[in-house]
Amino acid sequence: MPGPGSALTLILGVILLWLLLGLAGVFFPRNLHLVSRVLFPVGALGALALAAAALNALGQSTHSLILPLGLPDLPFHLRLDPLSAFFLLLLGAVTAGISVFAAGYFRKGEGTPPGLQCLYYHVFIASMALVLLADDAYAFMVFWETMALSSYFLVTSDHTKPEIRRAGFLYLLIAHVGAISILLCFGLLHGSGDYTFDNMRSVQLAPFWATVAFGLALFGFGAKAGMLPLHVWLPEAHPAAPSPVSALMSAVMLKTAIYGLLRVLFDLLHVQVWWWGVAILVLGIASALYGVVFSAVQSDMKRLLAYSSIENIGFILVGMGLTVIFQSYGMHSLAALALTATLYHCINHAYFKSLLFLATGSVLHATHERALGKLGGLIHRMPWVAWLALIGTLAIAGLPPLNGFVSEWLLLQAFLFTPNLPHPYLNMLVPVAAAAVALAAALAGYVMVKFYGVVFLGQPREEHLAEAKDAGIWERAGLIWLAAGCIALGVAPVAVIGVIDSVTGHLLGRTLGASATGWMFLTPISAGRASYAPFLFLLVILAVWLATWLAVRYYYHAGVRRAPPWDCGFPAQTARMQDSAEGFGQPIRQVFEPFFRMNRELPTPFDAAPRYRVSVEDHLWYWLYLPLAKVTDALTRVVTRLQRGRISVYLMYSFATLLVLLLFVQ
Amino acid sequence: MISWSGLVAQLTEILLAVLLAPILLGWVNQCRAWLQNKSGPGILQPYRTLRKLFEKEAVLAHGASPLFRATPYVLFACMCLAAAIVPILGTDLPFSPAADAIALVGIFALARVFISLAAMDIGTAFGSLGARREMMVGFLAEPALLMTLFTASLISQSTSLATIVQHRAQAEFVIYPSLAFAGIAFTMVSLAENARIPVDNPTTHLELTMIHEAMVLEYSGRHLALIELSSALKLFVYSCIGIALFFPFGIAAGGDSVGLMLALPALVAKLAVGGFAMALIETLSAKMRIFRAPEFLGTAFLLAVLAMLIHFLLEA
Repeated sequence: MPGPGSALTLILGVILLWLLLGLAGVFFPRNLHLVSRVLFPVGALGALALAAAALNALGQSTHSLILPLGLPDLPFHLRLDPLSAFFLLLLGAVTAGISVFAAGYFRKGEGTPPGLQCLYYHVFIASMALVLLADDAYAFMVFWETMALSSYFLVTSDHTKPEIRRAGFLYLLIAHVGAISILLCFGLLHGSGDYTFDNMRSVQLAPFWATVAFGLALFGFGAKAGMLPLHVWLPEAHPAAPSPVSALMSAVMLKTAIYGLLRVLFDLLHVQVWWWGVAILVLGIASALYGVVFSAVQSDMKRLLAYSSIENIGFILVGMGLTVIFQSYGMHSLAALALTATLYHCINHAYFKSLLFLATGSVLHATHERALGKLGGLIHRMPWVAWLALIGTLAIAGLPPLNGFVSEWLLLQAFLFTPNLPHPYLNMLVPVAAAAVALAAALAGYVMVKFYGVVFLGQPREEHLAEAKDAGIWERAGLIWLAAGCIALGVAPVAVIGVIDSVTGHLLGRTLGASATGWMFLTPISAGRASYAPFLFLLVILAVWLATWLAVRYYYHAGVRRAPPWDCGFPAQTARMQDSAEGFGQPIRQVFEPFFRMNRELPTPFDAAPRYRVSVEDHLWYWLYLPLAKVTDALTRVVTRLQRGRISVYLMYSFATLLVLLLFVQ
Repeated sequence: MISWSGLVAQLTEILLAVLLAPILLGWVNQCRAWLQNKSGPGILQPYRTLRKLFEKEAVLAHGASPLFRATPYVLFACMCLAAAIVPILGTDLPFSPAADAIALVGIFALARVFISLAAMDIGTAFGSLGARREMMVGFLAEPALLMTLFTASLISQSTSLATIVQHRAQAEFVIYPSLAFAGIAFTMVSLAENARIPVDNPTTHLELTMIHEAMVLEYSGRHLALIELSSALKLFVYSCIGIALFFPFGIAAGGDSVGLMLALPALVAKLAVGGFAMALIETLSAKMRIFRAPEFLGTAFLLAVLAMLIHFLLEA
């Protein structure tokens, strides 16, 4: 077995390969054949190698390396420990599928030339890998910014449209506000030493400053993760990007923010205060509920998925909040359970969300439609995409025996075994939080039925959908890889938790020990308290299915006749009579009315040309962002008064500054 | 691991559930007829309907995808699995480690999502209407059911249904106030989930009121028979969950054969009483407007959360 050093070398080799592939794209920007048949598939192979190396490194000791790059006297410190190895595994495994899909996705004449796309794409994944490896604040911030910039260029690849430029600007703005906050957080953490993470680990901060550092980290990484109320960029930027990029951003980039938060909370800051956990928990619940309710009323399929990402980040934050609470009270095995649920949900979300984003990419290419109201019936025209998307849909809806259910199950178990926290208010918070998580999970089912039912089932809502072609072989291969991951992660949780255990062991010093009764049964605490065996579950379902099918075949030979739909005898059936996306979301709009800022334009019975319009907007935009923008605007106006445009005034400023400084020095 | 005798007992239990389920449905309908001063078709009527449906040819709409044909089988398999993990006669169930109370809710969710997708598959107005309403009922009923099960799990310190029953049946009799709230919530959820009055009406084909019936309009022949059987089985399983959580006395602990012999009459008696109570509720209440349903289920959800809070505050 190769040592940890060789794993790190291999990972760096893959990153170098990605950068070279990107460069090759620059030299042949319009050569679509080269980009899609050579560069992206090779990149996918590299991603697989990276995943394998990371998996290998998970069980081993940490390994550090100093790269003599960067500024003089400020080299890049890199470190491969189980936490970074886990997220690198996630990155490699998911990127392999996305890159293969991308090989078939990018076309001529769509925005940025394919060679440049290839550059941004590979710089993006390379910078994400480096963020995960960085071991000093300087390297971390450099890679973090590279990641933000390369993804900005990917988001705005269709930059001729003004709304896409606007989405890109919003993304860049919030990314930078977050980055400042992270920078300040590192500034606090390093104490009086240098900026390596090693030094930060040894610094003991006063409780007040530790709390400030925690707040800055939560703000900065939360902005990147799409946590409420910093989520506004997410539903704009994800739909604007090409589908493989949306998949990559949602599946991997949001997880780098989660990684950063975990790194700061459990590795750099040693202390944990219980109310930090409560803060994360409450923000997580808010994000989960908010994301899912908004995603239920969307009528654009990529926006729907983007809001669903906010929801899933919410679940991940809930798990993290619980971990902090348990850890602060010294309940280590429960903390291990909650952290396992968190990490499990990270990898699950990466798989099913990228699968669904890629499926929407195939639909978009086949139909040139993103609006749910103009799709429908694609299961007949695009069976491959439809059936693979069904797996993703069931997985994200949190249904057994697929992967989304496992992490939800673990999370709910963590809630269930919480009694006797030493704080009475916390004891009351726990059941309410569990109820909110259960509600959000059930709403996710609603959203996904809407998504799948409107896009793939029913009658086509537009004429031209009849010409839609199924995805090509590359796109299919990417989708199959991700769908297979959803099934494998769902059916073999004990093996996955075995992998996660090395991370929980590293961060908390305690592992979950997923099963005492063999690979089939997931029994996180003890077999008597809770157990779940997805494989047996699947087996029973399939066995009953088969037995019923055979029995019905054997005893009842009556055939099948095709006829027009019955529909209570209603004679004239058109595709318009099906629920539109707005129609399907209407109950949610009614039940959760206070969540939305709704503008409705209703026709009267006497309108000659009746028009119905409804727009659903975000209260936070009006309550938080627009006032902030106004204040900023007013402040800039005040500052502008200092700018007179005359050199004598500027010289006077310099002179005054000098005088003040001299006073202070004296 | 799984022994042969255990496997046989398990299969017997599933078979018993499948056989008894239509009778329970027939009993509820018969009681309702009696309460409404009608003579009623007899408790075996669901069997006659099922035989008729199984023998008819299945008419499939143009544009039905394989998903539409697969759904009745998925539904039936889900309900069989649910019947397998809920302790009906005894607690010695080899399949019960496969899925605990949380996974049981997952099974019902899986069935709900499949039937809703199948309802949208043909692309008729009624189909998507039914799917939308079913999911609306589901998103509130599911967490309410989960919270009810949580309360019972917290009392027994286990999410495994077999352990919950064992704990409740063997521990000395204690009145838990939290279970009273959970019981009311569970009753409300069962009415909604089994398409009963006041949330849905199983005998209507009126567009303003139907939920479940709107979804299965396009099914016929053996597919419809399987769906009807699954619905009956779902009612049976819900009744058995109610019995297991709130009246577990009489369910045999372990594989004790005398206990099993006694458990069957106890089960029949409890089901008869439960079925009559359901018929009574259905007769005494009126069907609600569809948008009153979220309020009804929201109440159930709040009661279930309250049950959990009470457990944390008073009983922990």
